[in-house]
Amino acid sequence: MITYLSSRVAHALVVLLAVSLCVFFVMYKAGDPVELLLPPDASQLQVEQMRKTLGLDQPFWIQYGLFLKKALQGNVGKSFIYGQSALTVVMERLPATLELASAAMFMAVFLGIPLGVAASINPKSYTSKGIMFFSLTGISVPTFWMGMVLVLVFAVTLGWLPSSGRADLGPFMSFFSFEGITYLVLPAVTLCLFQLALILRLTKSGMMEVLLQDYIKLARAKGVPQKSVVMFHALKNTLIPVITIIGIQFGELIAFTIVTETIFAWPGTGKLIIDSIQNLDRPVVVAYLMVVAVIFVLINLIVDILYTFIDPRVRVQ
Amino acid sequence: MNTVLEVRDLHTRFYTRKGVVHAVDGASFSVDEGQVLGIVGESGAGKSITGFSIIRLIDPPGRIVSGEIHLRDRDNDIVDVMALNRNELRNIRGHLAAMIFQDPQTSLNPVLSIRRQLYETLFYHHPGMTRNQLRQRSLEALKQVGMPAPAERLNAFPHQLSGGMKQRVVIAMALLNNPRLLIADEPTTALDATIQAQILLLMKRLCSDYGSSLILITHDIGVVAQICDHVAVMYGGRIVEYGAKKDVLFHPLHPYTRGLIQCLPKLDESSPRLTQIKGVMPSLLNLPKGCHFRTRCPQAGPDCAVYPKERTVKGRRVSCHRLG
Amino acid sequence: MKIASSETLQEFMEDKLAVAGAVLLLAAVVLAACPAMVATQNPYDLAVLDLEDSYQPPSKDFLLGTDDQGRDVFSAVLYGLRISLVVGFVSTFFSSLIGLVAGLLAGYGGKWLDKIIMRFADIQLSLPVFLVALVIMAIWGQGLIKIIVAITICNWVYYARTVRGIVLSEKNMDYVQAAEAGGQHPLMIMFSEIAPNIMAPVIVIATVRIANAILLEATLSFLGVGVPITRPSLGSLISNGYEVLFSGYWWMSVFPGLVLMAVVLAINLMGDRLRDVLNPRLKR
Repeated sequence: MITYLSSRVAHALVVLLAVSLCVFFVMYKAGDPVELLLPPDASQLQVEQMRKTLGLDQPFWIQYGLFLKKALQGNVGKSFIYGQSALTVVMERLPATLELASAAMFMAVFLGIPLGVAASINPKSYTSKGIMFFSLTGISVPTFWMGMVLVLVFAVTLGWLPSSGRADLGPFMSFFSFEGITYLVLPAVTLCLFQLALILRLTKSGMMEVLLQDYIKLARAKGVPQKSVVMFHALKNTLIPVITIIGIQFGELIAFTIVTETIFAWPGTGKLIIDSIQNLDRPVVVAYLMVVAVIFVLINLIVDILYTFIDPRVRVQ
Repeated sequence: MNTVLEVRDLHTRFYTRKGVVHAVDGASFSVDEGQVLGIVGESGAGKSITGFSIIRLIDPPGRIVSGEIHLRDRDNDIVDVMALNRNELRNIRGHLAAMIFQDPQTSLNPVLSIRRQLYETLFYHHPGMTRNQLRQRSLEALKQVGMPAPAERLNAFPHQLSGGMKQRVVIAMALLNNPRLLIADEPTTALDATIQAQILLLMKRLCSDYGSSLILITHDIGVVAQICDHVAVMYGGRIVEYGAKKDVLFHPLHPYTRGLIQCLPKLDESSPRLTQIKGVMPSLLNLPKGCHFRTRCPQAGPDCAVYPKERTVKGRRVSCHRLG
Repeated sequence: MKIASSETLQEFMEDKLAVAGAVLLLAAVVLAACPAMVATQNPYDLAVLDLEDSYQPPSKDFLLGTDDQGRDVFSAVLYGLRISLVVGFVSTFFSSLIGLVAGLLAGYGGKWLDKIIMRFADIQLSLPVFLVALVIMAIWGQGLIKIIVAITICNWVYYARTVRGIVLSEKNMDYVQAAEAGGQHPLMIMFSEIAPNIMAPVIVIATVRIANAILLEATLSFLGVGVPITRPSLGSLISNGYEVLFSGYWWMSVFPGLVLMAVVLAINLMGDRLRDVLNPRLKR
């Protein structure tokens, strides 16, 4: 057990290292690093000073080492636009993104799994076919377009919900106030649609395979009621791989908030990075990439560990 | 002696894209208290489906089209299986009649503990049992099937047990509720040869200890010879010969039964080669008209174009034109 | 090969919706191949455009309305469809090819090759796909070829992993051992013996990834880091119309989105049915 854990942690560290190397290589070597780190209107003196501080005469590996050392201390540079440490800028906006992402994931899981199970029990019924068609549209609709249409219908035309922005509340407080929820609804629904459909389909196909297995047939031959057969015997087998996928999808979801936050002007890291790319605020881009990489790797690690607890076949006694 | 199971003119069909499969094409047999019936035949003969049909475990596109199935429960009441509703059916499964499947590797739910799978067999039929009672009964059953260290095994998961041990668990599971009838579908086929005999004898002994009857479905005549009292030989969805073991196996009348017996390698004779029945059993989608064995029978003739009526000859039921 | 058999085709055709999807996709491909046949104007030809016509709602003259430059949205959508489909299909073709080869090499080529390739794949999969594509395009700049390459890079991993898994299990099968014993060259074995058995799973993955690729390109173009605005895809068109969407000029964004959705839906309908037909585990 310990060996498995430590190997997964080691793997995570290797990945982070590799990602940091790629980020460093791309962001700082693909173009004049000085140009990248200074705002476009810096003076010649500042350019000279920057060259010295960066140690641009040093070999590549030393530069990378310096970058890494500073990064681990939380310093990837100062944002041109905001004037603060780039990392601080990103971390300030992270709660809003996590708020949105978790709302979307919550809906996707607690609607997707039951619908998937429902569609698997009687696959030829009209209900199942309807659910499956809905799931097909869910993975076919472009998220950004869906967001636009929702705003057009519910905000502009009907005026029921606000068209953009977030309620001015503390981090994660949107869940706890009515106003907060009205701002949260449209972006969360937009973001969750694709994932909901994905989870639904995964659950359904998983259940359908499991329900054909011998052990399910034997359970029925033993007199286990159908409801238990489906909801316990079959579902447990299906959920084990599905849960790991949900974990990975959460990471993708966090990245995909970029699109949703742009449409809804949601004050999170997604909107930040789009703005930063357009404004050439490179330190912020680097900070964002590092933060997302860490989050993603962390999620993968947690999922790996979780897996050993929920799947008895992997559990080491 | 009491009859525990009576099956009359059972027809089970599968309505597939390629046509209608007559898996069980009119089978009639019965099992008495404490007796062992062997249903023997090649793969695809319809034996397993017959077994499943007894507790109506047939899923679409299959259907039990017609037939009568009667079980006698421990209170001596007759249960008309075909007339049961879903709840009543669920009640008798695992309770009045229990099944043992062929492949122990796939019969047990891999993510549930052995304890859970045993307890629930009891629990769904006896909801009043306490945890302690569940435990005692389960341990008892595991001991009876010869499981070493039963208390440890309870905590285990299926992947931690060998094939033989898994099958013992399955057998224990089947016996937990003291069923009148055990239906074992090729219970030893997936096991090592060394364990096969053990498991068979175990099953026979348990049946006599519990006062249960056993239907043993198998393609292996040797297995039948070991523990069965009666034998039903199936071919192409029908029973072609049916009677007491000593009659059917030692004095076979039907050409197919004869062929099967002759196929067994005999260690004491010095024949130069193994005998075989020519050809392959026709698919259940495409059975020949008349006697199903026509295409491979060494004694086939023009009259075999009509299915031979079943008669009782020399103490057993048999369907063949070539008998006196 | 099971995929090519008529039995597979027959089974596929039983699902009317899937057939409808196939027909729709075919129509889309035909339209996208020669848009000039159906389009009322060439939206790239600046001489044809008349600013007087701009911002017209759907009418007899302009089926789907006009945009800010007086361009006929219907024609723009047809040309945009072409770009969207080209990016989707070409990137999927190349990523499946690369993934196939990589998977074969990793599975059959020995431990070191396996380790290197899979380590690569692991690291690449450690970041969200969307993010990787976004960053590549943000740094590289807009461009049709560039986005095809970027999406190809992002997607090869999915094929490689599955193919490698299958190769690893097929490696021990009799027919491979027989070929090895017969002295066949490893490359020959890889491509002639093992490859046919992995076509079905590759096709299955491809059907998912094509839809994914098309949507990815649309999203990136919408964000401004996809295809250049001179040759807009459906995503670019939606972005173009986004600015005036809430002022009441809805047709510029809604119609390209509907077409995009319809095409992806068609692909998914087909892909679903194809997967069900080819999946051995669902047959009993």
